[in-house]
Amino acid sequence: MNNTPELETRRLKREVLVRIIKAFMSDNYAENVRLIPYDMRPKGSEVPFRCCVYKERAVLRSRTIAGLGFAMEDDDERTLLSDFAQQALTRQVPEPEPLTVLQNACKGCPSAQVFVTELCQNCVAKPCMKACNFGAISNNGKRSIIDQDKCKKCGMCMNACPYHAIVKTIVPCEEACPVGAIAKGEDGLAHIDKDKCISCGKCVSACPFGAPHAKSQVIDVLSKIKQGKEVIAMFAPALVGHLPCTPEQFIDAFKKIGFSDVYEVAQGADTTIQVEAHDLQERLEQGAPFMTTSCCAAYNELVKKHIPEIKPYVSDAHTPLYYTAEIVKKEHPNAETVFISPCFAKRKEALDNPNVNNVLNFEELGAIFIAYGIEVDTCEEKEYAFKSSKEARDFPLSGGVARSVQAAWKGNPEDLKPTIINGLTKATVRDLKVYAKTGKCQLGNLIEVMCCEGGCIAGNAGLNTVKMALKKVTDYSSKSYSLKEDK
Amino acid sequence: MEKIKVKICQGTTCFVMGGEVIKSIHDTLVEKYADKIEIVPVRCLEVCHDADSFSQAPYVYVNDEVVSAATVDKVISVIESKLKNE
Repeated sequence: MNNTPELETRRLKREVLVRIIKAFMSDNYAENVRLIPYDMRPKGSEVPFRCCVYKERAVLRSRTIAGLGFAMEDDDERTLLSDFAQQALTRQVPEPEPLTVLQNACKGCPSAQVFVTELCQNCVAKPCMKACNFGAISNNGKRSIIDQDKCKKCGMCMNACPYHAIVKTIVPCEEACPVGAIAKGEDGLAHIDKDKCISCGKCVSACPFGAPHAKSQVIDVLSKIKQGKEVIAMFAPALVGHLPCTPEQFIDAFKKIGFSDVYEVAQGADTTIQVEAHDLQERLEQGAPFMTTSCCAAYNELVKKHIPEIKPYVSDAHTPLYYTAEIVKKEHPNAETVFISPCFAKRKEALDNPNVNNVLNFEELGAIFIAYGIEVDTCEEKEYAFKSSKEARDFPLSGGVARSVQAAWKGNPEDLKPTIINGLTKATVRDLKVYAKTGKCQLGNLIEVMCCEGGCIAGNAGLNTVKMALKKVTDYSSKSYSLKEDK
Repeated sequence: MEKIKVKICQGTTCFVMGGEVIKSIHDTLVEKYADKIEIVPVRCLEVCHDADSFSQAPYVYVNDEVVSAATVDKVISVIESKLKNE
């Protein structure tokens, strides 16, 4: 939910998902999927966003393909949606990359550039020319001009101009990506480099055309339920903030979809907390300068693909999802497990973990509730078999993981100095690289890293505002016992 | 003068299609019209349940007028027109 440009693109994605699920529930699944673009933009309908109704339908067709879980990059543009719908039913393993770019939805934005606007007053001092270290700025007698071939887009001239007459245009997806994985190709359209992408989904939230898109696993999950398999939902603690009901109503709500049981991933977080506190204490005793947390899937991808040198400093504790899935598979060896996630990166983590079979994000779960006509706030309240701690339920908040380690800390309290990276950006990625390279972090010895600003409650597939989600999560966690009292 | 009744739907469909907006509609109205309107959170009124009407959620009611695909601006303009007519 970072940088939410417009709700419109989110609404479109959600509407397509609901229609796919409704088609799946109908007697004529493939044909009804084929009709989605025509149902949404019938003959003679208004053209709300694009140049004509045909383009609208073409983009909706692409959204449907992604909603069925396929990569747009593989679309030959001649395969019928009904064929994609059938193929989705037979898919055994989800697509390896969580994100895809809908090329026909991509505007092909103008490249990022710095330029001098007409508001230039052609002043005497010309601080812009002095500020430029690359000799890119000249003056034509009427105003300053930037030579785009020489310009490095550093923005020094912008800051120097007393009139704010110099502006920088950006490409929203490129700007949002913390690792330079999405960029305009030679065709002018956005492409994701899968060797660089950490699946954080910041581009999905940033693009006002809704071009970057998640590949959904709704059909995979609903097919398993329809086949009568034992399917178990494991929900991220952030979900508490993203549905209009109490967490005690989740069990009944999930069972109405056909899940056979429901686990709080906060249950696994209680194990992560203990392992992580112990891990840190051991490392510090052995003279380690610092340790970073290990629960954020996008951060783990970042470590793998961009900062392998920080790996020795990353906690060996597994994620809350890892421990929860392990418990579930032990208690239900034949069950199919589905993680309910606020983000896209967890799909990557799930692919590497045989105990997690599928991942649905909050938007997809919401779409299922709409299609099934389930009113979550009328569901029955039920107790969870396992009672998680306050700290485990606060895991999805920025600072929550660091606080949990503090609560479980068995060493001298003064030895523990937490610091927080609240959101991965180009700048915080640079900081992490410096910590790894120098083996030093001045700010503390426990570095909590969360990719999304605000924590998982601000995940890119969320439904609620971060502020409201924060309130709901803390209201719920405050009813639990604290690990501090437990000591 | 009787207060205008603004019903904001708290149902699942409205939340999923626009949970982000519902909150800002609520907050903006409280700030702007504190003494002129009464905000009532309501459970699903089931307009979203027929055929394709889910796609027009979130729904807000200003007295008896339904505002579909509600946004802050849309709701404010309906309230303004009601205030003018009184």
